[in-house]
Amino acid sequence: MKKYTFTEKKDTRSGFGAGMQVLGQQNPNVVALCADLVGSLKLEAFIKENPERFVQCGISEANMIGVSAGLTIGGKIPFATTFANFATGRVYDQIRQSVAYSNKNVKICASHAGLTLGEDGATHQILEDIGMMKMLPGMTVINPCDYNQTKAATIAIAEYDGPVYLRFGRPVIPIFTDADQKFEIGKAWMVNEGTDVSIIATGHMVWEAIQAGEILEAEGINAEIINIHTIKPLDEEAILKSVEKTGCVVTAEEHNRIGGLGDSVAQVLVKNKLVPQEYVAVNDSFGESGTPAQLLQKYGLDAKHIVEAAKRAIARK
Amino acid sequence: MEIEQLEKVASQVRRDIVRMVHACQSGHPGGSLGCTDLLVALYFERMKLKEQDGKVVFDMDGKDEDLFFLSNGHISPVWYSVLARKGYFPVSELGTFRKLDSRLQGHPTTHEHLEGIRIASGSLGQGMSVAIGAALAKKLNNDKSTVYVLMGDGEQQEGQVWEAATFAPHHEVDNLIAFIDLNGQQIDGPTLKVMNNRDLGKKYEAFGWEVISIEEGNDMAAIVKGLYEAKGRLGHGRPIMILLHTGMGYGVDFMMGSHKWHGVAPNDEQLAAALAQLEETLGDY
Repeated sequence: MKKYTFTEKKDTRSGFGAGMQVLGQQNPNVVALCADLVGSLKLEAFIKENPERFVQCGISEANMIGVSAGLTIGGKIPFATTFANFATGRVYDQIRQSVAYSNKNVKICASHAGLTLGEDGATHQILEDIGMMKMLPGMTVINPCDYNQTKAATIAIAEYDGPVYLRFGRPVIPIFTDADQKFEIGKAWMVNEGTDVSIIATGHMVWEAIQAGEILEAEGINAEIINIHTIKPLDEEAILKSVEKTGCVVTAEEHNRIGGLGDSVAQVLVKNKLVPQEYVAVNDSFGESGTPAQLLQKYGLDAKHIVEAAKRAIARK
Repeated sequence: MEIEQLEKVASQVRRDIVRMVHACQSGHPGGSLGCTDLLVALYFERMKLKEQDGKVVFDMDGKDEDLFFLSNGHISPVWYSVLARKGYFPVSELGTFRKLDSRLQGHPTTHEHLEGIRIASGSLGQGMSVAIGAALAKKLNNDKSTVYVLMGDGEQQEGQVWEAATFAPHHEVDNLIAFIDLNGQQIDGPTLKVMNNRDLGKKYEAFGWEVISIEEGNDMAAIVKGLYEAKGRLGHGRPIMILLHTGMGYGVDFMMGSHKWHGVAPNDEQLAAALAQLEETLGDY
């Protein structure tokens, strides 16, 4: 198993803020919008350096999405930012009509996604956002795994012309990817090559998958680990190539098991190569208050659960 | 353009509207007829549009030209007719309205790349936010042209409208002229009965808008005068709202003043009766 070490832990939302600061310096068309959550989205540096390119929308997410769509008409690249819950479910129709159907170059940037938002509880812990966003025709859906990858993804989506949903979060987690990585939309990242089971993970679950891989290795199981940071368009080739070798799959995501990465992978398998798949995901429920670690454990999303799922998948081969 | 000429264009547009809706036996003639005079005045008199060799040309960015957004997208027939008559696309295409494989969808969309359309609309309440965004982009681009947006009065019941209404004065979006089509009708009946909007003028004033009323919203001279007045008030830190009092179904006697023609197509006899009241001035498509 390839060794992943880290010297620092940070939240992925800070990676977004760092990416925005770079964009502020490099791309004069980038405009940031926020619905009264500037501190939570780590936009302070961008705003300080580019006050004329920041639009405070107040607590009005629907209007923020519409204003963003309008800004693209003048050639601007709006980054509409808020919590994932308010960036998706609350404004689904606005995104559907004014952004996706209208094919507007809006970047919807959503922090505090998933259970690991923690203590605020279920009202804020959206677990359905990947599903909603990936169902929109033409929408690109990205869920990077750590600070560095989120920063790289933020910079990369400004170069891409089209609507994007960028999902990140609040918990402080290890930084284990390269600082100077090039982010390629739609291209899976091979974390570890293996032969016995493919663990396909996204977002915060990639680090859990690496830990699971180490536990499995100690038990003589050789796991292949793939980071799917882009859920749509999905790197089907990388997934199929992996299952050709391993013959079974575990998908791991901080999302409802209905409609997320797992279902996207299952579609690929059903069409191309039937192999056993186990889901590590929230079992069609809402979350609750707690620390991120407690919640990952209670809802079956930590490394231990990935290990168990891997063993079940292997047993079904 | 002289008022009389604008009225001639409006008469042809009204003919187009009833013929389009009749041909596919669906669509929204009432609000379309009521807003005909406004859209003709905007496109044929008031708006600065991008032209090349005396013909209008379309690009999505719309830099250095005035922009129009239709938030109440169901009155697409009037917009399609005005765009075609202005030269954005062939008038013959009006015959494809709401039919399979048409660029003229029931509600306007950019998806089919129809010249003149910059955003999809139909799900109500979103257009003013989009117009505000486009107006902000103009300011960032140091582009001095104006953004116009039309909404329905029933549409004022959508919450997003009031998010946008709060936003625009706060950010001093003073290159924006919005209209409310006050025809007093919505699908389920008179607006006063379905959901009373109360005094929209006072509401917008309280939100920080400059409010102008055009009492005769189907009188071309009154509209043109109102538009010039509005233009004169731009650039002073406040967005402008024009309350446009129109008659639903205006120009066809049996369609006027009733919500019944909000979304109903005329039959053959009704079409003939309507066309008999509307002079053919530019040639039917």
